Amino acid sequence: MSTTAEKPVSFKKADFVSDQEVRWCPGCGDYAILSVVQQAFAELGVPKEKFVCVSGIGCSSRFPYYMDVYGFHGIHGRAPAIASGVKLANRDLDVWVVTGDGDGLSIGGNHMIHAMRRNMNMKVLLFNNRIYGLTKGQYSPTSTKGTKSPSTPFGSIDNPFNPIALALGAGASFVARAVDTQLKHLGAVLKAAHAHKGFAFVEILQNCVIFNDAVFEHFTDKTVRDERQVDLRPGQPLLYGKKLDKGLRITPDAIELCAPAEASTWDPKEPSGANAYRICQAPEDGQIPVPVGIFRDVEAPIFEDDIHRQIHDAKIKMGEGSLKSLLTGGETWTVK
Amino acid sequence: MGPTATREHLLETLDEVVIRFAGDSGDGMQITGTQFTNTTAVVGNDLATFPDYPAEIRAPAGSLPGVSGFQLHFSSHDIHTPGDQPDVLVAMNPAALKVNLGDLRPGGMLIVNTGNFGAKDLEKARYEHNPLDDAQLYEKYNVVKFDLNEATIQATEGLGLGNKEALRCKNMLALGMLYWVYSRPMETSERWLAEKFGKKPELLEANLRALRAGHRIAENSELFHHRYQVPPAQLAPGTYRNIMGNAATAMGLVTASRLSGLPLFYGSYPITPASDILHSLARYKNYGVITFQAEDEIAAVTSALGAAFAGALGATASSGPGIALKTEAMGLAVSVELPLVIVDVQRGGPSTGLPTKTEQADLLQAVFGRNSEAPIPVLAACSPGDCFWTAIEAARIAVTYMTPVIMLSDGYLANGAEPWRVPEENSLQPFPVRFKTNGQGGGQFLPYLRDPVTLARGWAVPGTPGLQHRIGGLEKQDVTGNVNYEPGNHEMMVKLREQKVLGIAASYPPLEVFGPPRGKLLVLGWGSTYGAIRSAVERAHAKDLDVAQLHIRHLWPLPRDLGQILQRYDTILIPELNRGQFSRLIRAEYLIPTVSYPKVQGRPFTASELLRRIEELAR
Repeated sequence: MSTTAEKPVSFKKADFVSDQEVRWCPGCGDYAILSVVQQAFAELGVPKEKFVCVSGIGCSSRFPYYMDVYGFHGIHGRAPAIASGVKLANRDLDVWVVTGDGDGLSIGGNHMIHAMRRNMNMKVLLFNNRIYGLTKGQYSPTSTKGTKSPSTPFGSIDNPFNPIALALGAGASFVARAVDTQLKHLGAVLKAAHAHKGFAFVEILQNCVIFNDAVFEHFTDKTVRDERQVDLRPGQPLLYGKKLDKGLRITPDAIELCAPAEASTWDPKEPSGANAYRICQAPEDGQIPVPVGIFRDVEAPIFEDDIHRQIHDAKIKMGEGSLKSLLTGGETWTVK
Repeated sequence: MGPTATREHLLETLDEVVIRFAGDSGDGMQITGTQFTNTTAVVGNDLATFPDYPAEIRAPAGSLPGVSGFQLHFSSHDIHTPGDQPDVLVAMNPAALKVNLGDLRPGGMLIVNTGNFGAKDLEKARYEHNPLDDAQLYEKYNVVKFDLNEATIQATEGLGLGNKEALRCKNMLALGMLYWVYSRPMETSERWLAEKFGKKPELLEANLRALRAGHRIAENSELFHHRYQVPPAQLAPGTYRNIMGNAATAMGLVTASRLSGLPLFYGSYPITPASDILHSLARYKNYGVITFQAEDEIAAVTSALGAAFAGALGATASSGPGIALKTEAMGLAVSVELPLVIVDVQRGGPSTGLPTKTEQADLLQAVFGRNSEAPIPVLAACSPGDCFWTAIEAARIAVTYMTPVIMLSDGYLANGAEPWRVPEENSLQPFPVRFKTNGQGGGQFLPYLRDPVTLARGWAVPGTPGLQHRIGGLEKQDVTGNVNYEPGNHEMMVKLREQKVLGIAASYPPLEVFGPPRGKLLVLGWGSTYGAIRSAVERAHAKDLDVAQLHIRHLWPLPRDLGQILQRYDTILIPELNRGQFSRLIRAEYLIPTVSYPKVQGRPFTASELLRRIEELAR
């Protein structure tokens, strides 16, 4: 492998900007995310050639073209599976999947949940805009019930996925949420995801200006977001408000507002993950703030390490296989 | 050769024998057949096998759909098929008798386990009368009736096994009998039992006792009047092993990984009859093989493609339904121009079809079955052992030309066995892969800059400093790989990909015709029909018929010397286990008439039926 890991690594954001013209709609939330990811990559201390961005199909999946790293723009929904192959073939690589709510939770839902349960050390950024963009505005598996779209002119009638609940249920060892317009917070979440050893799922709430504009505005708009969001910070009390002067308390029966001093301390390593699951179900109706930040961050065995351990052990136990041992293995006889 | 007396039995030398073991799917017939096969291989006979089992793991016991069979042809000369008609039928129950008796050669030996011929057994097989009471049966066949159940219980007495457990050993008793009748040693099976039941001493003892009891009973009873021997075949000198097609494919992939210098990544989802490739490769951990049982067929192929991007020899296998699911990803592999080996172990279709039965009906799917213009080279193996060579050739083409490659096998090859001459290590031609390590054209890496001869693009793997690049399924500009939708560019890229694949034919060895180089009739085949065609053509030659055989490994692009050869014969007969797909392809490519001989019964051709057709056409 490359030996550059030994050298001090110093990059600038510009090092991760590719020569391709970005083709998202003006005002799309993807621009801000791209910028934060480029900045974060520059700060991670990883040699540039070790990054691999893998995507599926959709607006978000054009992402790899704009990053000056190794990139693979795959087919619809299959990015986690492609990325799994990349990671298994070379676990030294820093593998990032970029997907959307349609790509990752509808056509690619199966790959997503299996990637979560396997726990390879890869990072998944799911841009959730609750709509299909590239196919022109049909409702998505995260669209709120009643969403009117070209394919649901009378309003959608199926229940949406809650991506965080899905990730927790599928056993992802790191689960977080961030917002496209909250750049500093997004950058911090990305770094936490990278620091996590194992599978990291980051839902990024992203605004689609064309087909689903302002869908998150009621809790992400600058004027309300401090009052309407609570940042789940590991080991910190659940505080929110402009001056962090409001608290949230998790009791066995409820998640309720409280004085700052009575606020529960957030523990993303809680073994059962029950509180993460409960808090992620918070409705967006304003009764309690919408949780963002780190829902879950637990240690778990890493799939590719276990595979390579089995290979290592087999070589010790059975001896390193050679062509000769392969060809003449089993029962043989000689004809003279 | 005249019979000679050994004790009270006559020892007769035979040139070849076809045995079919048939019983309930829980009776262990596949194990019995495999054991007889392994022993027979070690004895030095040439052989070919045809396991034929139901798709259901355990259909209702004793029922007609639950019958499992294993046919084995062994001989003292070179053979190519598992035989048209069994000389010996071992029927473990009435259902097995009913399903298989029609195939038994008149005058052949019928060994019946009378222990399973009670009223209920007969009813399950839908017999109104006991067929063993039919006098005609004894006129037509040499019937050996024996209660294997009773003898097995006696043999295993005192080991503390229940009746049900004890009766599981009855296949070993039958095997022991046949070992005696055909003068085979028991050591190979004894060793195998010791390995299988090493941790269960009472089961090991029970099976060994049953095996030996069968041998003893055959020797000491009056059941058999003859004992037979089949001398070793005169095979080419060398080290041999018995091999099944799927195991050979797995070994071929590992060998290709060594010859290319790339680690093997195998992504797979279980499907009959391809799963054994996964099972074999999963055991090759000490060869550094990574096997990944993916969540579905699509993840199996896309993970392999991702591994190829990262510098592995990516491979996947499936059968028709799974190949259909992988189709979109195969198109992606065409677009991103990464090497990938896709093995299709064909079975009867459409849809779920006949999961355990063989067919060759995925040919046109393999050659043309993708959206848009997505050329992929296609190869087919022609025998179980040839799966090894075909897998290596598929990998060679994949990495040399940076392309996905489809290798066609089928259920018959996958589960069939034959003695296989182990190649000398130094006879295997390496095809080392060199990844790009530095940029071209002003230092920048140009992912679609091509080798002027092969038209293959450069392969630069993630982790290589300075060669960061993006690939994907969108149409791209040649050389730079930048996304490009211009009309002229698309047409140029379509043609480039086509030319690259057509150019692969330049690397094929010349075709070899078996028989006269020109004449009346050419039997043109591909894939697993090789053995049956060869047998039929050999028999036709013995009858002085003017016929030749040509068997094609490279199905797409077709060999460049094929067209000329086809011109040299009056008639081209194309037998295949589909409705004439290769025939269609040949007509389309060469504008010549062909005579198609299609068969879709889930079974391979017999040499006799092919010979009949040859006789009609070559007269």
